[in-house]
Amino acid sequence: MAPFTRDDVAAIAALAHLALDDAEIDLFARQLGEILSYANQVQQVDTTGVPPTERVPTDHVTDRDDRLQPSLDRDTVLAAAPDANVDRGFFRVPRVIG
Amino acid sequence: MIDGTTIRSLRDDIASGKRRAADVCRDALTRIASLDPKLHAFNTVVGERALERAHAIDRDPDKRRHAPLAGVPIAIKDNICTAGVLTTASSRMLEHYVPPYDATAVSRIEAAGAIVIGKTNCDEFAMGSSNETSAFGPVRNPWALDRIPGGTSGGSAAAVAAGFAPAALGSDTGGSIRQPAAMCGVVGLKPTYGRVSRYGLIAHASSLDQIGPITRTAYDAALVLNALSGFDAADATTSRETVPDFTAALDGAARGLRVGVPRELVADGIDDEVAAAFGTALDALAARGATLVDIALPHAKHAIPVYYLVATAEASSNLARYDGVRYGFRGADAKELRSMYAHTRAQGFGPEVKRRIMLGTYVLSAGYYDAYYVKAQQVRTLIRRDYDAAFELVDAVAMPTSPTAAFRIGERAVEPLQMYLADVFTVSANLAGLPAVSVPCGFTRGRLPIGLQLTGRHFDEGTILRLADAYERDTNWWREEPALQGHD
Repeated sequence: MAPFTRDDVAAIAALAHLALDDAEIDLFARQLGEILSYANQVQQVDTTGVPPTERVPTDHVTDRDDRLQPSLDRDTVLAAAPDANVDRGFFRVPRVIG
Repeated sequence: MIDGTTIRSLRDDIASGKRRAADVCRDALTRIASLDPKLHAFNTVVGERALERAHAIDRDPDKRRHAPLAGVPIAIKDNICTAGVLTTASSRMLEHYVPPYDATAVSRIEAAGAIVIGKTNCDEFAMGSSNETSAFGPVRNPWALDRIPGGTSGGSAAAVAAGFAPAALGSDTGGSIRQPAAMCGVVGLKPTYGRVSRYGLIAHASSLDQIGPITRTAYDAALVLNALSGFDAADATTSRETVPDFTAALDGAARGLRVGVPRELVADGIDDEVAAAFGTALDALAARGATLVDIALPHAKHAIPVYYLVATAEASSNLARYDGVRYGFRGADAKELRSMYAHTRAQGFGPEVKRRIMLGTYVLSAGYYDAYYVKAQQVRTLIRRDYDAAFELVDAVAMPTSPTAAFRIGERAVEPLQMYLADVFTVSANLAGLPAVSVPCGFTRGRLPIGLQLTGRHFDEGTILRLADAYERDTNWWREEPALQGHD
């Protein structure tokens, strides 16, 4: 497998919303390449006709009655936010459109 | 003193009135204050809150006599939410996070009478194998202070080994309860996926994560598992499977049980002293009446790459929630939303968490999804089928918990791939959703603990606990305690 370039790492970092510095980009280019070339051994396994595991079976029932349940108090939740307007019930963020 | 004490004996003493819960709690807090500065097992100790609750147990004779964990001090891994008590996942991202609710596991053990004494240090977001990725500094192994305690529930394992509490809760995504239990010389149980609610567990990899107990004995693990287990409407993956009394099967008998040994898998890359202790442990199981059977798990050798592809993919998705909006850390000075996200995450996450988010994002990205993620999930199916086939022949599978005893702090921290290989015997139980327990089975010449791992069928924690308990009756490894000196 081709090694990771700095551009590859930068593209993944953009998808992951991670602002990496130059040193991190260099480090991850090397380490992700090494980890993936090791992980690549899975390609040697014959998986013809084998379904991927989507969940570990636990015999569970996911349906439940559609009843109103108590949930967390709004003010309590907003109090944990880095920036919020508790009176009006908003999380506050920097502007979205530059 | 609390050191050396089991839940079982402590429970009897508290129920009979021989010891007061408040005194037990105070002893635990005194020991922590004296010794934890050396170990750093705790991120937060909640002394006052614990004592108040212990007094409440003492004032309630009915609860004191009948609640199954009444007055038992318990430490909680810091990635399990505790209402009103800091829950950091050992990350800068959640350094000041106080959850508004309890994890179901916490509310259940408290309902059973246990007293939460504090939150234990762990690898950041439970990502690591040595506790060195904690943003607040590593935990030290009580048996050798220059060594790691294992990870990621290293603080929980160290707390039990050091006699700070007879029990702790950990979480296990790829071995994070069992490996530190082995390296600290205590018992660690990862229950079957779906046995214990994950509600309030800070998610790492949702198809693999499971909360479980770390204790001194198999019997104590059964007691805590009794309290933790069962369906929870707040976690749709919990099972409605009947929860037995897990202590009922612990009668010391192993006769008639068949224990599978994957000889080929355990032949490679394991330390000589671990191999010797494992062999002796197998002899002891046979002497108790268990039948040893050679088995093959032909795809288990691929478990590490499968695990690191699947777990990082799930982690990259789960950790997308840390965006600086609703709770936790927000990076300073961003003028615009996307840049706020990127700087919050760059400053809030440590290197191992970033590395795994990067790997997982890549594995799930267009063009690579089929080659890595889907392929890994197919090989995961083959690993599960190997176990299904093995459990046609045997009742449990035995392996060493870890290929080596505890390594030195810093020894492997530089190269992530080397660190990942420490999980070779533990990850397949998570990939297959199976219960597995680590029980102390000896020491190296340098007096570092070694663990024996027993893996069972889905929802058959009873059999592996029975074997572990039977093994403990013939061996005294679990009675050994590290020599720790504080400033009493």
